[in-house]
Amino acid sequence: MKAFTTVTSRAVVLDRPDVDTDQIIPKQFLKRIERSGFGEFLFFDWRKDPDFELNHQSGRILLAGRNFGCGSSREHAPWSLQDYGFDVVIAPSFGDIFRQNSLQIGLLPVQLPAEQVQQLMERARAGEELTVDLEARTAGGFPFELDDHTRQRLLEGLDDVALTLREADAIAAFEAAHPAPLSTVSLG
Amino acid sequence: MAKTLLDKIWERHVVRPGGDGPDLLYIDLHLVHEVTSPQAFESLRLAGRPVRRPDLTIATMDHNVATGDDTPIDPLSQQQLDTLRDNCAAFGVPLYATGSGREGIVHVIGPELGLTQPGITIVCGDSHTSTHGALGALAFGIGTSEVEHVLATQTLPQRKPKSLRVTFVGEPAPGVGAKDYVLAAIGRLGVDGGVGHVIEFAGPAIEALSVEGRLTICNMSIEAGARAGLIAPDETTFAYLRERGVPRRDDWRDLSSDADAVFDREVEIDVGAIRPQVTWGTNPGMVASIDDVVPEPADEAAERALTYMGLQAGTPIREIAVDRVFIGSCTNSRIEDLRAAAAVVRGQRVHPSVRAMVVPGSAQVKAQAEAEGLDRIFVDAGFEWRRAGCSMCLGMNPDVLQPGERCASTSNRNFEGRQGAGGRTHLVSPSIAAATALAGHFATA
Ligand code: SF4
Repeated sequence: MKAFTTVTSRAVVLDRPDVDTDQIIPKQFLKRIERSGFGEFLFFDWRKDPDFELNHQSGRILLAGRNFGCGSSREHAPWSLQDYGFDVVIAPSFGDIFRQNSLQIGLLPVQLPAEQVQQLMERARAGEELTVDLEARTAGGFPFELDDHTRQRLLEGLDDVALTLREADAIAAFEAAHPAPLSTVSLG
Repeated sequence: MAKTLLDKIWERHVVRPGGDGPDLLYIDLHLVHEVTSPQAFESLRLAGRPVRRPDLTIATMDHNVATGDDTPIDPLSQQQLDTLRDNCAAFGVPLYATGSGREGIVHVIGPELGLTQPGITIVCGDSHTSTHGALGALAFGIGTSEVEHVLATQTLPQRKPKSLRVTFVGEPAPGVGAKDYVLAAIGRLGVDGGVGHVIEFAGPAIEALSVEGRLTICNMSIEAGARAGLIAPDETTFAYLRERGVPRRDDWRDLSSDADAVFDREVEIDVGAIRPQVTWGTNPGMVASIDDVVPEPADEAAERALTYMGLQAGTPIREIAVDRVFIGSCTNSRIEDLRAAAAVVRGQRVHPSVRAMVVPGSAQVKAQAEAEGLDRIFVDAGFEWRRAGCSMCLGMNPDVLQPGERCASTSNRNFEGRQGAGGRTHLVSPSIAAATALAGHFATA
């Protein structure tokens, strides 16, 4: 995962609620077995509409409506947003799995109250550049919440698997104390 | 202090408390399918890491498989299936491949094989992992990076979600069941009403349901935004497990929320007031009773949904004609679902303008249905009877809607294009789907 640095950029306004991951990256692109190259398929069906928001705006920050990224667990959704060029998505709320997936790959999901997101949308429409500072935990000047652990991991670009493997002893101790309730191998 | 069922399962699985950050949670069962795993295995390979517990991991093929005898799948789908087979062989993960007799939709085979058990933690790279909560397991969907994390460490850093209890009271009217309960609940909560929460479904109407009905309910927790659904295990659960060769265990005791446990939120729903449900829009919260009309759009999103769905506000739902009927998916493809649909279609014919299909959720469900003669009932009525898989729930395989086609579907998502670009999906129960196939428009049995 690449380390997250402060972003200052124009923002793309996508003021729609409940944008689901089926729209962000439709199923036909889930057949690829690679992690990269999804950006060109981002919002594949919606982009056929010349009026679609992404067709006439650009920037590294996406300003979205509530419950952004609801639906399927496909990490292809954050992959495609990141590959397209977004570093940050700001919304009043996110689908839980989408948010988690984004944090895994260093696409920063910023949750702000709906009124503040609306204000940022107005500022973005007026052409203002916004700054998202993860160190200070601010977006367009508004403070947002993110726990220290996750923030540090994003700032340093640390791999969660490597971090957890440092806990191998604790995991082994847990396994010793809690015999597995089932086995998939013994099913034959 | 009084605890919820979520509290109890969570506490049993904390390897290391996280303090301000996430807890490190142990995972008892990891289900794997072909779509969300290739990149995870590839990362393990690149880092030279093994799968820590292949004996707690199981893979199946479901999303891409062809369900008809005559339908070849495209090379990319084949590559994804081959990749899963190679990865399972290389990393020692048991695989129920197509043709093994045990394959099927990942959320159908877990309970069916007795792997889904009370009190355990289950993850899968699939949002409908919430299904398994019906047996009292804490089960939630994860993304591919997390799949890799679980393969490598058998753990996951997680923050504990908040708790929401939905209590179903009352007696349902005839023809109203689990699918209607959960659609009504999503209509009430909204598609983001459960975000950040685990929903515990409780109350007498839940206790009266079979395990299969409970699976349908927990399956759709994610459609209310909740990552997991939970139902406290009871005698019904234990009997279901016993039939699958899983004897009752001591640690299943005390797997219920304490009487005085406090939930972050509580909602009560009277099932006596629920009529059969039909969605009219492009998310599962856009739902009405079959006796209602298509509602006036309340906002821009609803307007967009009606345009996409090709519907006029004020149209009686029963007058909406359909082109296709799909009975299947991890929501409603188990034996009881097929029995309910077969009871409606027995001796009747599918409407001439409708193409209808039944896709059992697993090879075992298919075999059981055939042993009971359900396949004949469907085929004689003019349904296509297919092999197990996700099929037209998401159309990653040859089963898709054509642009503009309207479908009554027993699946869980009516998102734009979900069943095929331009396709229009209405979510219903198996008996409504069956009655609709016969009538050519939405109908009750
Ligand atoms: S049946 Fe549909 S919802 Fe269920 S796992 Fe398959 S694609 Fe996902």
